[in-house]
Amino acid sequence: MDFDLTEEQSILKDSLDRLLADKYDFEKRMKIMAQPDGWSGEMWNAYAEMGLMALPFAEEDGGLGGSPVETMIVMEALGRALVLEPYFATVVLGGGVLRHGASAEQRAEFVPLVAGGELKLALAHTERNSRYDLNHVETVARRDGDGWVLSGQKSVVLGGDAADHIFVTARTAGDIRDMNGIGIFMVDAKAEGLARRSYTNQDGTHAAEISLDGVTVPAASVIGDPGDGLSIIRRVADEAIAALSAEAIGVMEKLHALTLEYLKVRKQFGVPIGAFQVLQHKAVDIFVALEQARSITLYATMMADSDDEDERSRAMNAAKAEIGRAGQLAGENAIQLHGGVGMTMEYAVGHYFKRMTSIDLTFGDHDHHLRRLAERGGLFG
Amino acid sequence: MELRFTPEELAFRDEVRAFFAENVPDETRAKMSEGEHLDKDDMVEWTRILNDKGWAVPHWPEEYGGTGWDPMRQYIFLEELQRYPAPSPLPFGVNMVGPVIYTFGNEEQKKRFLPRIANLDDWWCQGFSEPGAGSDLASLKTRAVRDGDHYIVNGQKTWTTLAQYADWIFCLVRTDTEAKKQEGISFLLIDMNTPGIEVRPIITIDGGREVNEVFLTDVKVPVENLVGQENKGWDYAKFLLGNERTNIARVGMSKQRIARVRELAAKEMSGGRPLIEDPRFREKLSSIEIDLKALELTQLRVVAADAKRGNTGRPDPASSILKIKGSEIQQGITHLLMQVMGPHALPYHEDIEGSNEPPIEPDYAGSAAPGYFNYRKVSIYGGSNEIQKNIIAKAVLGL
Repeated sequence: MDFDLTEEQSILKDSLDRLLADKYDFEKRMKIMAQPDGWSGEMWNAYAEMGLMALPFAEEDGGLGGSPVETMIVMEALGRALVLEPYFATVVLGGGVLRHGASAEQRAEFVPLVAGGELKLALAHTERNSRYDLNHVETVARRDGDGWVLSGQKSVVLGGDAADHIFVTARTAGDIRDMNGIGIFMVDAKAEGLARRSYTNQDGTHAAEISLDGVTVPAASVIGDPGDGLSIIRRVADEAIAALSAEAIGVMEKLHALTLEYLKVRKQFGVPIGAFQVLQHKAVDIFVALEQARSITLYATMMADSDDEDERSRAMNAAKAEIGRAGQLAGENAIQLHGGVGMTMEYAVGHYFKRMTSIDLTFGDHDHHLRRLAERGGLFG
Repeated sequence: MELRFTPEELAFRDEVRAFFAENVPDETRAKMSEGEHLDKDDMVEWTRILNDKGWAVPHWPEEYGGTGWDPMRQYIFLEELQRYPAPSPLPFGVNMVGPVIYTFGNEEQKKRFLPRIANLDDWWCQGFSEPGAGSDLASLKTRAVRDGDHYIVNGQKTWTTLAQYADWIFCLVRTDTEAKKQEGISFLLIDMNTPGIEVRPIITIDGGREVNEVFLTDVKVPVENLVGQENKGWDYAKFLLGNERTNIARVGMSKQRIARVRELAAKEMSGGRPLIEDPRFREKLSSIEIDLKALELTQLRVVAADAKRGNTGRPDPASSILKIKGSEIQQGITHLLMQVMGPHALPYHEDIEGSNEPPIEPDYAGSAAPGYFNYRKVSIYGGSNEIQKNIIAKAVLGL
């Protein structure tokens, strides 16, 4: 067992950190956030040039063959900088569908475009009543000759504002909560009958509500077996959880660092407030939560490419539950230790807190994953 | 980054497992599974089995009987030992005074004491805490005054674990009252049979006698029993307290206790079905398991770093995290185990040797509440969790 980065991994981390330190400090991020799209095309191209978009795809498909460890490195760095560009939506979610569900022809067509930064993707799966249940799909896909016709509503489609192509899940058979009978369809965002209402999330990222009103999809755009899309979605969701956990580590690192810095410079009663033991112990609580979260993220990363679905899902339940708990502790304490300044939009710590909070509400919160893990019989059961 | 055990490490784990399966006395295993106290004979018997195998003091240098295992193998060994469960080697000799003797002691002391520690010929206890010196250990008052070839020791030690079995005690004593409090302390080895030593039991809230007070009145200790230099004892004590990093989190033990919770929760009924089927209970158990999995990885990060860079022997702030989380998890499990037994945890089982009274059913419930009460200690001893937070605040956070 070795937790140190290889030389290549260190280079990846250092160059991305350098890029973001240079181009994505808090002030610059605020400017990017204020742009009409709310994210930066220039940065998007810079990531693509670094090879970040190509990273997790197989070499034979036009990618770099990176492992979950490489994705972890990238996501941590994006978390530290609170990056707004739709990397997670395109490469982790959309890319995940391509990696685990798409045919060789589909991969040959789309992976090079994603890898080159020319194509943005999104996964439209969540619905108004699905909450975090991956099997809950009300959107309907009706057979129409060789192809399909989609109708329904998708909610909070991350990166759905910017996506060129959207993977839409829809029910091809069965009842709305059946495991079987879910298909995945690749839809052009400009397709007739598709309407999207884009908006900004609490954390500055972007999403869209998407409605589908008789959108026609040719057979060539069906991903995998139209009756068994759920197994693909589950796999993608597990990778998404490992990636979000890593991003959360980057966010928590900054919550911790900003708080520590503040405790050392802010003076009251004639001394730095970090001299007060009650505040010291809260800062230690953040630190311990961060290190425990880092450990469980390493575990999730280790399990992310496991083919044993049960073992893999338990690991993701554990990681996401722990990230949710630790992140809430770190975020709330960071704000508290900053006092009033932590409440202001113009200071960084609140933005990290908001991203941390959003991560908990994405792909299942602490309670959801704890319940799932308990139902599965726990980690050591 | 390689996040899995190597095939060699897995083979080693199997070897260790097989050895335990064949050699741990069944009665000892049963006692540990049920949370009963081991007696002195159990410990001596098991230590000698380990010592015959050459595994009694794995982490010691090979010249003193160590195995030469790397930190990962040391970790695997202890993890498997705790999981089986088999008794961990008595820490006072193997983890505390032994390393102090082979690091700071003279040749005579090494020859005299180390083999007897490995074979548990000498049972050691720890004479650090005093009534007035707990978290502020350096304020200790037990006095040692040089008188020719002897020190005359007067004072009182407390919380002395299993002193009733002990042949020897290692003590921090004050040899200079003028110096700064940390600089006037020496490290003395004292034969428990020396006249002037009196051991009085302290009965803890679980009803057990695990700790004692040790009174020292004009105890004559030969000068040759001083370890290292006079007035340098505080350095040795810090070394001792920082030396234990692989066992402090007790991940293997907690896994074993969780398995026990699961086993008993499948027997105990709640709402007409086994408690293990209760969603609320399962979530509490899963929550502790998640904490434990994170701790296991934190522990492995420390072990892997040791393997790569060598154990510096200095107190590592990481061990403070292991102590804080490890103790919280251990305590959480004892509470859960007590909840499993519900009202059957109420009867107080007096631990009277030779009693013919039948146990109150179910007999495995007897240790549930005492286990909970007893384990409040783990966030207090070895530097309370609040002291651990002070250490992290200062050493890691720079506050």
